[in-house]
Amino acid sequence: MRAVHFCESCGRVQPPAPVDYFAFFGLPKKLNIDTAALDRDFYDLSRKLHPDINARAGGQEQEWSLQQSSMLNDAHRTLKNPIRRTQYLLKLEGVELEEQSKTATEQARSTGQAKKQIVPPDLLEEVFELNVQLEEMRGLKKLGEDDPALIEEIGRQKLELEEKNDALLQELHKYWKPWDALIDRELSGQPVSEDERRQVRDNMVDVLNRHNYIRNLLRDVSEALEN
Amino acid sequence: MASDRIVGIDLGTTNSLVAFMHGEGPVVIPGEDGSNLLPSVVALDEKNQPVVGNAARNALIETPELAVYSIKRLMGRGVEDVQEELKLFPFQLAKDLQPGEVLRIQLGHKTFTPPEISALILRQLKRNAERYFGSPVKEAVITVPAYFNDAQRQATKDAGRIAGLEVLRLVNEPTAAALAYGLDKKQNGIVAVYDLGGGTFDISILKLHDGIFEVIATNGDTHLGGDDIDNLLIAIALTDIQGDLGLDVRRNAEVVQAIRKAVIEAKIALSSQPSATLDVELPQGKRYLREITREQFEQLIQPIIDRTMGPCKQALKDAGLKPGQIDEVVLVGGSTRIPKVRAIVKDLFQREPHTGLNPDEVVALGAAIQANILGGGSQATESMLLLDVTPLSLGIEVAGGVTDKIILRNSTIPASARQFYTTQIDGQANVAIHVLQGERELAKDCRSLARFDLKGVPPMAAGMARIEVKFLIDANGILSVSAREQRSGKEAEIQVQPSYGLTDSQVESMILDSFDSAEEDFRQRQVIEARNEAETILAALGKGKKSAAWAVLTKPEKKNIEKLEKRLIDVRLENDYQRIRKAIDELNRGTMRLAELMMDSAVSTALKGKNMDEADMGEGPAIPHPVAKAEFE
Repeated sequence: MRAVHFCESCGRVQPPAPVDYFAFFGLPKKLNIDTAALDRDFYDLSRKLHPDINARAGGQEQEWSLQQSSMLNDAHRTLKNPIRRTQYLLKLEGVELEEQSKTATEQARSTGQAKKQIVPPDLLEEVFELNVQLEEMRGLKKLGEDDPALIEEIGRQKLELEEKNDALLQELHKYWKPWDALIDRELSGQPVSEDERRQVRDNMVDVLNRHNYIRNLLRDVSEALEN
Repeated sequence: MASDRIVGIDLGTTNSLVAFMHGEGPVVIPGEDGSNLLPSVVALDEKNQPVVGNAARNALIETPELAVYSIKRLMGRGVEDVQEELKLFPFQLAKDLQPGEVLRIQLGHKTFTPPEISALILRQLKRNAERYFGSPVKEAVITVPAYFNDAQRQATKDAGRIAGLEVLRLVNEPTAAALAYGLDKKQNGIVAVYDLGGGTFDISILKLHDGIFEVIATNGDTHLGGDDIDNLLIAIALTDIQGDLGLDVRRNAEVVQAIRKAVIEAKIALSSQPSATLDVELPQGKRYLREITREQFEQLIQPIIDRTMGPCKQALKDAGLKPGQIDEVVLVGGSTRIPKVRAIVKDLFQREPHTGLNPDEVVALGAAIQANILGGGSQATESMLLLDVTPLSLGIEVAGGVTDKIILRNSTIPASARQFYTTQIDGQANVAIHVLQGERELAKDCRSLARFDLKGVPPMAAGMARIEVKFLIDANGILSVSAREQRSGKEAEIQVQPSYGLTDSQVESMILDSFDSAEEDFRQRQVIEARNEAETILAALGKGKKSAAWAVLTKPEKKNIEKLEKRLIDVRLENDYQRIRKAIDELNRGTMRLAELMMDSAVSTALKGKNMDEADMGEGPAIPHPVAKAEFE
């Protein structure tokens, strides 16, 4: 189940296996994971795979250790964060979020504009209003002026959006349980239909798209407020 | 084995040091003058030979056009980036510098790239270490500011190579300091390292647990340091001199350097005294005399010190920590001796900073510890491991001049990312990728790292090729790129055009050019010693062949010995000390029985009443037995 990183008897680093991040840690593709155990595993593996520890090994082993430890770090970074973990799992399932989709990339390439995300319908009004306020603030700044009340209002909206995102994260957690249940069924030998998988996936995709949109918007607002 | 020693080097803006792990703890190796610090100053003497350190520092005042300091400020930078430095420092760019060429500075009639100047400093440290050990030093760990970008790191590695050192690892300075602190204290907790050096500022936040030194976040400013404080004071002095004494000495390099020396002395004095005096001799028999109080000094430098707060706050934010959650603050760099600096650090982190370690030496000591870990470790370091991060996000320029971040800042390294590319035109054989470092959205606001040209894409219809490009940031924080077209499985050939660096062949040529005469002296001495030993053995063998013991040997034994004797005679006039050594060892082995027989006969003769002198041992030393203690120095 777990990728073999090093030889059990002599301890030498092995060439990296082409596995996904879950398999790298010997975990099933479930979304609820024990992050404390993940960290412990990460540190244990780091002590053995890190290039510093293998600096006296032969050239081939050093190369493998470099690849293994970059995989270890990438896997840990991805699985530790709930959003990245979910996004990664969806990617393994062949699902791409709006930002990353091929269509968005191609459109960006052809129009020469930055990749755009579709505004979630329930946020249309808020987003519109916020953009107007940001424009106003930028305009004032160019004239060397500022409006404290406006800045305060934008700050308040920022907090509201942050709260919204926290709520979305909670919602995402809720969809982990049915997904994990599907995986458990699979592992015990029972078949799971593509429809069932898609249903749970679609819910998570929807939440993530909205979460990412708000996250990007928050980033723009923060940048505008700081400048 | 002595020749396996890996040293740790702090290649600093103002001072450089070399250290190694001595038993339980690291130790700085002093120079010939007994000083632990080697000023990072390089000058050309009257014979146009490079001089490094205190001698070069004197040259700064006497022959400023032949000396250079703070070269670290130019490492990995292009002509456009250094315009600010040129205004504040007396760097003379090479007169024949072409646009797009790697930076070169003028020293007298010669020009040097920054890595070549740094290599001269490294070579001096290398010699100091070799003199201390009595054996060659070939491998080193060199520290860099955590906030150094890819080009700056590569330039440092290049400097090592030019100096004849294999750079096993580049370690971030704050992380090295944390290692020295951690080895000393052996406690778990969250440590912030505030490193204000001569030219760069770094703040790193680490989690120390069970020997693991894990960097959580790092930030900094590679244009901020003690030099900026000096320049501020120099500017004030110049203005004073013009206003009060009517002299414009801005263009007088000797006077400016004399002012700089006075300013630095005053700055240092003000850390322990309430006031200091600037006293500089000027042309036309005039004199500049000015008293500065600590209050005045603190007021002047406030804006510079304030600039360190932004990176500190960002690092805390990235780490998801409040200042109060930091368990210990470690100060690094000479500039942290300034009381005002200590005060704002205490203010931000709400605790007294840890000052138990020498802020000038702590980075070199940490580098020595890392060198020890890389060399296989020892009891003191056996459970220690560094997990560092990349300080800047890595991105690719995509349509619209926007940066697409593929590896985020503060990602643990080694780190990698994969991107897929395809072709736009039928039969397109190349794909160009522009890689950047930085946090901004637009490519033009980020730092151009390199342009990669993927060549040899098999001819296909547009959009059919599926090129997987893998970006890997290694443990040094340096990027490498590999690419493969997935349908054909063909590895694409990657041509790297570093934006500010030397190509491999340029570095190679510099290694050949900069021939180390001291190293040559050392090699020559080894050859001479080996030859002397060879002469001794051959003379002894000559006597041995006339002895009674020789007659006892079998014919094959005699033939073998004579073969090895001839080999040594042939080899000893070569310049390769290792070949001479090998021939000596083989002859020793081959004559072991002869030596034993001669010894026996001497003993039995003595027992018969004759003393050892009269016994047929011949004069001079017996043929040395291989396991006898070597008697050369």
